Amino acid sequence: MRVPFNLALGAALVALVLAVALVSLVWTPHPHAALDVANKFAPPSAVHWLGTDQLGRDLVSQLMVAARNSMAVAVLAVGIGCALGTGLGLLAAARGGWTEEAIMRLSDLGFAFPALLFAIMLAAVFGPSLPNVVIAIAFINIPTFARVSRAAANQVWRRDYVWAARAAGMGRFAISRDHILPNIAAPVIVQMTIEFAVAILVEAALSYLGLGAQPPNPSWGRMLSEAQTLMYLAPQLAIWPGLCIVTAVLGFSLLGDGLRDITDPRLTRVRAA
Amino acid sequence: MSYFLVRRGIGFVLTLIAVSVVVFAVMNVLPGDPSLTILGIDSTEEARAALRERLGLDEPVVSRYLAWTFGALRGEFGTSYAFDVPVAELIAERLPMTLSLAISGMALTVVLALVLGIAAAARHGGPGDWAIMLFSQLGIAVPAFWLSMLLVLLFAVHLRWLPPGGFPGWGDPLAAARALVLPTVALALVQSAVLARVTRSSVLEVMRLDFVRTARASGLPRARVLWRHVLPNALVPIVTIVGLQFAGLVTGTIVIENVFYLPGLGRLLFQSIANRDLVTVQALVMLFAAIVVTANFLVDIAYLLIDPRLRGARA
Repeated sequence: MRVPFNLALGAALVALVLAVALVSLVWTPHPHAALDVANKFAPPSAVHWLGTDQLGRDLVSQLMVAARNSMAVAVLAVGIGCALGTGLGLLAAARGGWTEEAIMRLSDLGFAFPALLFAIMLAAVFGPSLPNVVIAIAFINIPTFARVSRAAANQVWRRDYVWAARAAGMGRFAISRDHILPNIAAPVIVQMTIEFAVAILVEAALSYLGLGAQPPNPSWGRMLSEAQTLMYLAPQLAIWPGLCIVTAVLGFSLLGDGLRDITDPRLTRVRAA
Repeated sequence: MSYFLVRRGIGFVLTLIAVSVVVFAVMNVLPGDPSLTILGIDSTEEARAALRERLGLDEPVVSRYLAWTFGALRGEFGTSYAFDVPVAELIAERLPMTLSLAISGMALTVVLALVLGIAAAARHGGPGDWAIMLFSQLGIAVPAFWLSMLLVLLFAVHLRWLPPGGFPGWGDPLAAARALVLPTVALALVQSAVLARVTRSSVLEVMRLDFVRTARASGLPRARVLWRHVLPNALVPIVTIVGLQFAGLVTGTIVIENVFYLPGLGRLLFQSIANRDLVTVQALVMLFAAIVVTANFLVDIAYLLIDPRLRGARA
């Protein structure tokens, strides 16, 4: 099978960002928080590949550590949201009746709060921090995954082999674990990839607004908000963190589209027509 | 039909009530003393007791919740600690800013998305289609606040055509409009990326149907078929996404107002967080959530009205 272009490009961009984030754990060109005020606003050179910022900190090192933060927030938040949401979706499909109704009405409530608004509310009460960003994004993901997994699980529950398992006396929990979960993995994974992209955007916006990563912990969003005050002095600082965000978000969203195209035959037909 | 309206209407009211409970719970039923948060640890016990009394914090939680909701229904949201004026007054003062930004942003979004989406569908598979889809894919990945900064760099810092931010007030309509150009474009470019994709796929889907081929075969010109036959039938999913996007646009204004220092509700929300003005934060979060819930409800209703097939379906 030919690998679709969007899948290949998306996977390449995601691999690039993940590799940079992992490398930053063991190596960055310079310590990311090392000040060198004498060398502030240095242009790109062999020592500082992309130059330095208003405090002489190396830009490449900061961007690398920020990639790690961004990936960590996205993986944790979407992971938690997906685990809880998929669990609820499986439960709703397995139990049906008022359990299903209650879970779905609660997930409707979740949709009333855009991630940004919920995170703003948490920050107002608990103070700004990266863990609060993770909680907010995770919370917002629960209803999304509950819906996706319930819809997919309900289809699998109607299949003959599930009836056979029930007839053989298998419990609802065991059926959900052994038969339903493996068969709804595809749409859940596609949704995860798309939600990674959303999480990176939300984290960037919150950090830009000062509600995410706190100094000296670098974040693409906060680097941009610092660059905004220096726009007349050092416009180059406003470019690189933004390009990093676009690379990461584009990567995950292309990867998600590509995965959906190859896992959902209905959509492939529409696209090919 | 009316059964569904009633059902949706009840669901809408219940959702609003549930949202208000969540907002109130997060903001109030938390460990800690709000009067200490507001006045700081150097405050005297008498001052804190006086503030608790003024805020009604000594009352039981349930009666405070009821007082807050029934007050909100009458348009009373309490008094801001930071500005010492009724919160309703603060909101009324800043609402026109946010509404004009949201409405102009939505208008530009719809125009851009329809033009680009239809153009892409009409050139399906060609380089024009490819370019528009590239724009759309990029638009989804670009954060609105970064796009705003790039627009400021180009049009305010380099070309000096437009102001980089701030708002001169409504007294000078031309200056006010100039101040709104970049924020509106930043909001709309990002939102229209999504809508253009939906428009394109919806138009493409209708263009494949038999009646379109019949219309073309009977000699009607392409453009006429596109505008008179295809577009009206492709509108249902487009209208749905427009409604859902309005909610996204309203929360988008929170960010954009802070990028451009525009005195709207989003800027007020951030000032209130910085001032620990919890009464104002609570009212604004509730207001934004209520706008989102209302937009979703109106989309549901519009959907039922546009597409008769859904009227028989289970909600």
